[in-house]
Amino acid sequence: MKLGVVTFPGTCDDVDARLAVAKVAEPVALWHGDSDLHGVDGVVIPGGFSYGDYLRAGAIARFSPVMESVIAFARAGGPVLGICNGFQILCEAGLLPGALLPNVKLRFVCRQVDVEVQTVATPFTATCEVGQRLSIPAKHTTGCFFGDVPREQVVLRYAEGHNFNGSQDDVAGVVNEQGNVMGLMPHPEHAVDLLTGGSADGLKLFEGMARVAVA
Amino acid sequence: MRARVLIRPKAGILDPQGVAVERALPALGFGGVGNVHVGRLVELDVEDASQLDDMCRKLLANPLIEDYEIQTVEPAAAS
Repeated sequence: MKLGVVTFPGTCDDVDARLAVAKVAEPVALWHGDSDLHGVDGVVIPGGFSYGDYLRAGAIARFSPVMESVIAFARAGGPVLGICNGFQILCEAGLLPGALLPNVKLRFVCRQVDVEVQTVATPFTATCEVGQRLSIPAKHTTGCFFGDVPREQVVLRYAEGHNFNGSQDDVAGVVNEQGNVMGLMPHPEHAVDLLTGGSADGLKLFEGMARVAVA
Repeated sequence: MRARVLIRPKAGILDPQGVAVERALPALGFGGVGNVHVGRLVELDVEDASQLDDMCRKLLANPLIEDYEIQTVEPAAAS
């Protein structure tokens, strides 16, 4: 079972994402200029600053050759996980509802945050329990979620006192209506090993994704 | 044709840049300033101005969070 990890010019978390994927599946590097998804069973769009975040975060990446294929893959029901910049790209692509605005205090923030699982009726959180707290690092400047999202599509909310970016209704992660595309601002790929991640809670999302990709 | 696209945060959307500027101006002694919003300006030469609206909706602005205003200025700038 293969999970692709996309690299754009300016992506910086692709290596960690591939290391995280390697714990649950075979990672496959995908390049922004290559529309071939190489037969992967799921796609991870990692964090960074694709195309320099020019114009708006994710706005240019959304039109890259690989994204045309990822959009078709997602519309066909394939699992797609967007992390941080990946979340921004999926919103820009119209695969996820809402948009990410600059943090309310306009600062880049890098810290461990607690998020609470709102639903386990998605592949990504099927390995969690409702109300479970996951400790995952977050690091971004443009992570203030804005948008009207049905309650059942909100997968993760920042725990009380952890919504540092001003996100509407504490939303930290959402899925599309079909539930096969998820985006979140915190970085689960940085929390897959107790030695370096502060926790291994992030692994749960990859385990869930790998499970559905097999099915 | 030379075109100018003004992009600004939609009314009611959190605009922390505008707020920061609004707070900074009185600190410099400029009083009586309010309702500050910070947006973007895109200037471009286009052959077909009728495409501008589509360009704005697909790329230059995110209609969910931003309003845009298209101004056309004749003639095209010398390159």
